[in-house]
Amino acid sequence: MQAPVLEVEDLAVRFTRRGEQPTRAVDGVSFSVAPGETIGLVGESGCGKSVTSLAIMGLLPRRGVEVTGSVRFDGNDLVDAPDHVLRGLRGADMGMVFQDPLSSLNPTVPIGTQVTEVLLEHREMSKAEARDEATRLLDRVGIPDPGRRLKEYPHQLSGGMRQRALIAMALACAPRLLIADEPTTALDVTIQAQILELLRELVVDSGTALVMITHDLGVVAGLCDRVHVMYAGKIIETADRHDLFTRPRQPYTGGLLASVPRLDSTRGAPLTPIRGSARDAIPWSEGCAFAPRCDNAQDDCLTEVSGSTVPLVPDGPGRELRCRHPLEHPSAPSGATASGAAR
Amino acid sequence: MTALGDYKRERIDALAARAGQLPEGEAGLSLTRSAFRRLRRDPVAITGAVIVLVFLVVAAFAPLLAPKDPVTQYLLSEIRPGTIPGPQEGFPLGVDNLGRDLLSRLIYGSRQSLLIGVVSTVLGLVVGMALGVLAGAFGGWVDTAVMRFVDILLSIPGLLMAITISVLLGQNQYALMIAIAVVQVPIFARLLRGSMLAQRGSDYAVAARALGVKKGRIVFGHVLPNSLSPVIVQATLSLATAIIEAAALSYLGLGDPDIARPEWGAMLANAQDFLSIRPALAVWPALCIIVVALGFTLLGERLREALDPKFRR
Ligand SMILES: Nc1ncnc2c1ncn2[C@@H]1O[C@H](COP(=O)(O)OP(=O)(O)OP(=O)(O)O)[C@@H](O)[C@H]1O
Ligand code: SF4
Ligand SMILES: [Mg+2]
Repeated sequence: MQAPVLEVEDLAVRFTRRGEQPTRAVDGVSFSVAPGETIGLVGESGCGKSVTSLAIMGLLPRRGVEVTGSVRFDGNDLVDAPDHVLRGLRGADMGMVFQDPLSSLNPTVPIGTQVTEVLLEHREMSKAEARDEATRLLDRVGIPDPGRRLKEYPHQLSGGMRQRALIAMALACAPRLLIADEPTTALDVTIQAQILELLRELVVDSGTALVMITHDLGVVAGLCDRVHVMYAGKIIETADRHDLFTRPRQPYTGGLLASVPRLDSTRGAPLTPIRGSARDAIPWSEGCAFAPRCDNAQDDCLTEVSGSTVPLVPDGPGRELRCRHPLEHPSAPSGATASGAAR
Repeated sequence: MTALGDYKRERIDALAARAGQLPEGEAGLSLTRSAFRRLRRDPVAITGAVIVLVFLVVAAFAPLLAPKDPVTQYLLSEIRPGTIPGPQEGFPLGVDNLGRDLLSRLIYGSRQSLLIGVVSTVLGLVVGMALGVLAGAFGGWVDTAVMRFVDILLSIPGLLMAITISVLLGQNQYALMIAIAVVQVPIFARLLRGSMLAQRGSDYAVAARALGVKKGRIVFGHVLPNSLSPVIVQATLSLATAIIEAAALSYLGLGDPDIARPEWGAMLANAQDFLSIRPALAVWPALCIIVVALGFTLLGERLREALDPKFRR
């Protein structure tokens, strides 16, 4: 495999707002992506996916935020990199697509101006050349009649078109890394599939490394090579897509799988949502954050063993796991969560 | 005095903050467009617009519309202590104590009110926006310094400040314009700065940063154009305040001393001495001031509501 484009190691983000209790939104997250590879960051709302991606891009505010660990892009650490270095990389070498395509576009500026802006910023181009290139880009992301669309304002485009335009902007300078933060959440189901297909093609065609952030396991199934499941700011399970879907080990992952309908499941098989909500998480320093919602939880989930609560440990080839009492496969395990997951 | 400053600050900030939260699908141009569509169907806004339009036309064509010259004295033989001629042929509203045609003076007076209102508002707008952009674009200590200054200005009652300034600058119409403009400066500055801060955290600004767009371009190309709508509303409302303040200053004798340019506030002040003989001399200019200010206010308030997501029907 090629050397990774992005290596995140022990990344932690703390919000230290004055007069408020500091919160650890991301804690000890490590992963890497190689060219042409797609990894998924999966987890419920609030688990720290967006904060992770903003930290990688250097888009978190400097004040009131503490970022530690390392984010190596092409081997260079970005965590303490000066602003001008980051700005040069953003848009040129690393791109990002956001969740809400409407609010991510400036309502008062035509699409064309927003696309050419990126080109003029990073590439030696005349205005006319940038316009031609913008037309080509819109065409490439599947926007019909791109010449006309360039003159239109964001509100004149459909939701899917807007996301395509944003993808075109993110890909304008052929970045080697693309971070997509829930790029399809705000779109209709049919449009979602088209946008995912588009991203997949782009990754295959140009060998871009893609970090796909989502809470939708359907997206993971269709797109990701490797998946990192996050809970309360930490990675709790890492596995290949296939392993994750057939043999989830973390009870939380099992719960996620059991709570979404699947085509291959028996008709009428009940869906079992994970009980409680993400707000029930306890601090990792006191034990496994998932314990209050976990069916497998036992006393030792809440105690320290050799100075740390539930650590992330290797769990077979290519897998990592943070759990003291994981789901067992293939022998039929007991318990509601496990039976749901084993389907 | 600080209480006044606090009150003004709260009102301005509320206006600025609301501009930051546009409803989905309606922002920027589409918002402006749909706002105008709503205004066109709004009888109150139309009333305001008609008043403003009539006023503008009268001011523009004063020499054609005025039946007489505004400074020539007529009917002098009929003016005696205790009598001032009322409406009669050739003088629909009568003449003033010096025999000048009241209607013509009112018509010409609209020019002065409009001139002072527009010039002082534009002046206040330009300086206030410059300060607001400075604070909103740079942040940090520049922001702190500018806003400290602006808040001090805000804590001084407007008319008091205007009187002080026009006394300091001497009695002429430019002093009057500057005095009124200074009152507007802190309002525009704080409004624009608040609106820009709200827009800086918006998704499209973060998205532009994620594309490596330079900070200057983000501020001036993206944030600023989206921060202007509360300022436009405020400018409309300010025209009303400026006209009233101009009249008030003239009334206090701080206005333009040139008698060749009739002015409503000065006419009102002059009429005081003859209230018992011919109250109409005071009533007419007062009515003009009120109606014109009302016109701008109606238009401004409705424009604010039309641009404000909270008032959506
Ligand atoms: N500016 C901030 N100040 C303080 N806390 C923050 C800030 N931004 C995010 N957080 C906290 O960080 C945690 C992670 O937020 P994040 O936006 O990364 O979640 P997410 O996984 O992206 O969720 P979603 O699926 O809703 O997008 C949340 O608990 C949130 O409260
Ligand atoms: S460590 Fe314990 S509580 Fe946490 S997921 Fe595993 S079994 Fe459940
Ligand atoms: Mg998010």
